[in-house]
Amino acid sequence: MEKKDIIQSFKDSLFTGLIALALFGPIVGLRTVSKGEGLFITPQWGVVFLLVGLCILGRFLININSARRTEFKIFSTLSSKFSSITEDKAKHFAITGILFAVVFPFLPFTDRYFMDVAIMILTYIMLGWGLNIVVGLAGLLDLGYVAFYAVGAYSYALIATTFGWSFWICLPLAGVFAAFFGILLGFPVLRLRGDYLAIVTLGFGEIIRIILINWYEVTNGPDGITGIPRPSFFGLPFKRSPDEGETSFHLFFNLEYSTMHRIIFLYYLILVLALITNYFTLKIRKLPVGRAWEALREDEIACKSLGVNPTNTKLTAFAIGAMFGGFAGSFFATRQAFISPESFTFIESAIIVAIVVLGGMGSQTGVVLASIFLIGITEMFRDLEQFRMIAFGGAMVLIMVFKPKGILANRKPTILMHGDKK
Amino acid sequence: MLKISNVETFYGKIQALRGVDLDVNDGEIVSLIGSNGAGKSTLLMTISGVNKARKGNIVFNGENIENKAPHKIVDMGICQVPEGRRIFSRLTVEENLRLGAHANEKGKHFENDIKEVYDLFPVLSDRKTQRGGTLSGGEQQMLAIGRALMSKPKVLLLDEPSLGIAPKLVNQIFISIKNINKEKNVTIFLVEQNAKKALELADRAYVLVNGKVTIKGPGQELLKNKDIQAAYLEGGAKN
Repeated sequence: MEKKDIIQSFKDSLFTGLIALALFGPIVGLRTVSKGEGLFITPQWGVVFLLVGLCILGRFLININSARRTEFKIFSTLSSKFSSITEDKAKHFAITGILFAVVFPFLPFTDRYFMDVAIMILTYIMLGWGLNIVVGLAGLLDLGYVAFYAVGAYSYALIATTFGWSFWICLPLAGVFAAFFGILLGFPVLRLRGDYLAIVTLGFGEIIRIILINWYEVTNGPDGITGIPRPSFFGLPFKRSPDEGETSFHLFFNLEYSTMHRIIFLYYLILVLALITNYFTLKIRKLPVGRAWEALREDEIACKSLGVNPTNTKLTAFAIGAMFGGFAGSFFATRQAFISPESFTFIESAIIVAIVVLGGMGSQTGVVLASIFLIGITEMFRDLEQFRMIAFGGAMVLIMVFKPKGILANRKPTILMHGDKK
Repeated sequence: MLKISNVETFYGKIQALRGVDLDVNDGEIVSLIGSNGAGKSTLLMTISGVNKARKGNIVFNGENIENKAPHKIVDMGICQVPEGRRIFSRLTVEENLRLGAHANEKGKHFENDIKEVYDLFPVLSDRKTQRGGTLSGGEQQMLAIGRALMSKPKVLLLDEPSLGIAPKLVNQIFISIKNINKEKNVTIFLVEQNAKKALELADRAYVLVNGKVTIKGPGQELLKNKDIQAAYLEGGAKN
């Protein structure tokens, strides 16, 4: 490397240090400590200089490396590993993944904590797959997807607590409500694309949340809805001592009572719901409407000239995407037994969009990998408390640096051979 | 068959078409030539309903279509091959073709139609599982034409099929256009900057200048027209 390059990259890293100083200075450097009757600022410049020094060094190393046109070996092998999961291996990968998911609750190391994390990851996978219809296939950037999740959860909670109907009746109803809200959002944004669409959908997500907070008579406002019925195993509740005339799950199957039964049931429930979402998406991609979604993402004018009705196409994408969000929402409500607007903030939408984008827009397997990666990382670093968001951000940066189009960026064709109607 | 009378189209305050009168008869090849910005593409977009006319009538088979939605117009039998081809580049060739048949994919003739397109452009058949974006310019143009044919149009609107394509392939595409007209009995309305080719092919032709039709007549006659020769055939540089 030439001397000029070294000086150049050194200058660049000093500049990075300057930005780091501006950021870390106030955030880390000025610490408020409560003493007696007030807050006092205690500077901790030592830590700031350490962090700034690390940034300068890191930037300098990256500069030198990119000047040599080599990558850090560990990342290039990692990224080529991901790339190798392409079309022919995808099926293999999917089957292994599903098999693993099915036996997961009975593996020796699986405990309550692992099950909870797995249920959470599966919920996000389902949400990711649902949003993938809107963002990945139809190319409509929706930053308010959590609204449909909320509509599903609240529909389920309200119907179940008011009428006492079972989960299997409330679930489709919640989906229908969410789909209806999808169409409601769809109408005003028909003419919008890209950034403008993102802003309106973002607003829609907030509107729903604010309505939930303020419509006290119906939604119980910030207090949320409690006592949402737990799901039953086709009529058999998961209770230690069932009510009179009722048989509970463990008595029916002659098992020792354990709370794990319910957790395992919830796990399989979300697994099945997620797989239905996936199956539906894979099927609909091969139908005219699914193909029209993808065409709309590619070129709206060409679509119009070919007789694709953009209004219907967009509305179906919004409605179907929202419906799956609604299903996931009802699952969330029945699992938690308590919901409040707190659970449906913008950060949820952001995480779901991140899962879809980082997974590689439109890639079903990518959504799975991104969910495991992002949710898993935030869980792994749970001990770091508030700093785990740094790990989350770091993970996103790493994916964008080494896989700018997402983990799995290849679109799989829907037709492989002529006349081959699969 | 297609009759356009006194059509005016605006982009905001800017007027692109200033009262265009033009008609296309059943089975004809009609060419429209003109320089950049004359309003040729705007006219096609207005016919297919993507842009709306502010004034004037467009009548197709006795029915007014100037206020109809684009997909309704395609259903009636007018399909456009847009300028710059506008292939769905991440979709495969066959997926592109199937999208063309969006209106009638459920129909019985679907498999047959796709075969006819492959017969017309055999190169597409070789590349059916390739992504549209990986085709050459000429192949993409063939795909765009084939895609439009999948909707079984009565009138095919072609917007600059020679744009950005190797001369050898341009000849091939123009021969295909002639075949589509003669063998499949599809009426062709062709918009072109390549005036010589367009006039040679056309039964009748129109010249569009600043949003108005200035000259019209049989294609061969316009080829011999002194004004047209000076303005469009020998290259603007010589004027």
